[in-house]
Amino acid sequence: MSSTTVRQDQSGFSLAQYVTCLNGIVWREALRFVHQRERFVSALVRPLVWLFIFAAGFRQVLGISIIPPYETYILYEVYIAPGLMAMIQLFNGMQSSLSMVYDREMGNMRTLLVSPLPRWYLLFCKLVAGTAVSLLQVYAFLLIAWFWDIAPPPIGYLTVLPALILSGLMLGALGMLISSGIKQLENFAGVMNFVIFPMFFASSALYPLWRVQEGSPLLYYVCLFNPFTHAVELIRFALYGQTNWISLAVVSCCTAAFMIGAIYAYDPSRGLIRRGPAGGET
Amino acid sequence: MTATDAPTSGQISPAPLPRHDPAEVSALSIGCVSHSYGTRRALVDIDFTVAPASFTALLGLNGAGKSTLFSLVTRLFGIQTGRISIFGHDISLAPSEALRLLGVVFQSRTLDLDLSVTQNLLYHAALHGIAKREARLRSDEVLTRIGLADRAGNKVRDLSGGQMRRLEIARALLHRPRLLLLDEATVGLDVKARADILNHVRQLVTEQGIGVLWATHLFDEIMPGDDLVVLHPGRVLAHRQVARIIADTGAHDVNSAFTRLTEAVSETGSPAP
Repeated sequence: MSSTTVRQDQSGFSLAQYVTCLNGIVWREALRFVHQRERFVSALVRPLVWLFIFAAGFRQVLGISIIPPYETYILYEVYIAPGLMAMIQLFNGMQSSLSMVYDREMGNMRTLLVSPLPRWYLLFCKLVAGTAVSLLQVYAFLLIAWFWDIAPPPIGYLTVLPALILSGLMLGALGMLISSGIKQLENFAGVMNFVIFPMFFASSALYPLWRVQEGSPLLYYVCLFNPFTHAVELIRFALYGQTNWISLAVVSCCTAAFMIGAIYAYDPSRGLIRRGPAGGET
Repeated sequence: MTATDAPTSGQISPAPLPRHDPAEVSALSIGCVSHSYGTRRALVDIDFTVAPASFTALLGLNGAGKSTLFSLVTRLFGIQTGRISIFGHDISLAPSEALRLLGVVFQSRTLDLDLSVTQNLLYHAALHGIAKREARLRSDEVLTRIGLADRAGNKVRDLSGGQMRRLEIARALLHRPRLLLLDEATVGLDVKARADILNHVRQLVTEQGIGVLWATHLFDEIMPGDDLVVLHPGRVLAHRQVARIIADTGAHDVNSAFTRLTEAVSETGSPAP
């Protein structure tokens, strides 16, 4: 291709080169996912246990009144399905950040960071790759859930896709931001407990917020300000072809904020600089 | 082949030089660079250059600051004070231009063990925006060149330590850099594998005109005609041709020259003139 026909940015890279880089990072993430079958299985088993055991057990205990986007009474399993979809993405986001800590410890992350493409773009590609993997997991879950009589309108499988992409990006960006502050792989288990479980339980994933408000007004506000609640609601509404505009705004803003934070944290003059060299190196 | 020759078929040749005249621009220029971890000063006023198509050894004991310096040159760490440029491109101001001219082999292995040999190379190519077809061509070329063509489909974890190192060097050359940094690339390898890798890198200098900065703590990897930078601890004690350093210190080999230089620092607290 001649230079006159290729549009290049300030650093001299064409659009095709950016796309090549994105494809390469997504491809590598997909390969790693394929190689780690147990990761896929555990990502599916987790929400299915909640669906088949927890939801079945609580069906008679927790009554769900008619709340948007539902137009009639629904089973508890139907109510928690969007929360479990978001849970898959939450775990996947944290899993991706775990792999970034692993990559950094093992040195693979350096291969990525010394690429001449802009670092913000490299991190964005990594985020897109993680989100793509989470989409596969969510749709596999939806397929199994369909056999469990959790069947949103057929169009819902399509309308939920943008919501899943956005929530996947938000949770992936959060994981990336967290990973930038983790020095060692061992520290990550603690962070998982302090991030995943509080985010999941203090949200509308398992119970509607009006029920939480009845029990504890304070917890209600915690849930209300939890971005994960809005990811769940965004998915819930999208699954029925509707848009929850407040959740859309919150998730969009949080995605941008977490991504900017991660880019800032991975900036060589800020994030990594505070750490010493890798083990054994000086 | 010189640095300005056109690439020939079957060889991985460096990318075109930037607009600067190579005679005027150093492959690597490090000016007054200092770096601290908290209150501990790891590097103090580091100042030296690497010429294009030259082999420069960076000699220092463990803890001398070699890897810190590499992290600064590769932009893994931000520069606190000083300036680093690659072929005239400031690493802080124009990182993309600088990094595309740079190939790196880190001290710790950075290959993905679960991917195949070819997949590792293709991933690296993608990170440099090299299209898949071109990447496959280059990948086949480098694998043939380093004698790993028959292992292309094998997982990296099935390779020996020496093969992994050769693969890392091949990967670092895939995007045709003009400057190659190797951080203790032969550590943990047997004598033959070390010699093979060192010869291969020296060939890159003479045949392809690539500038090489070879960090090591092993004296037997340094030849009299090499440029030598002695780093101890965190300071440059000497930067000249090896033969001149040996002559200036009145020593008979690199080992004793290094000992004299470092002893002078220990006694006086400052580098020998």
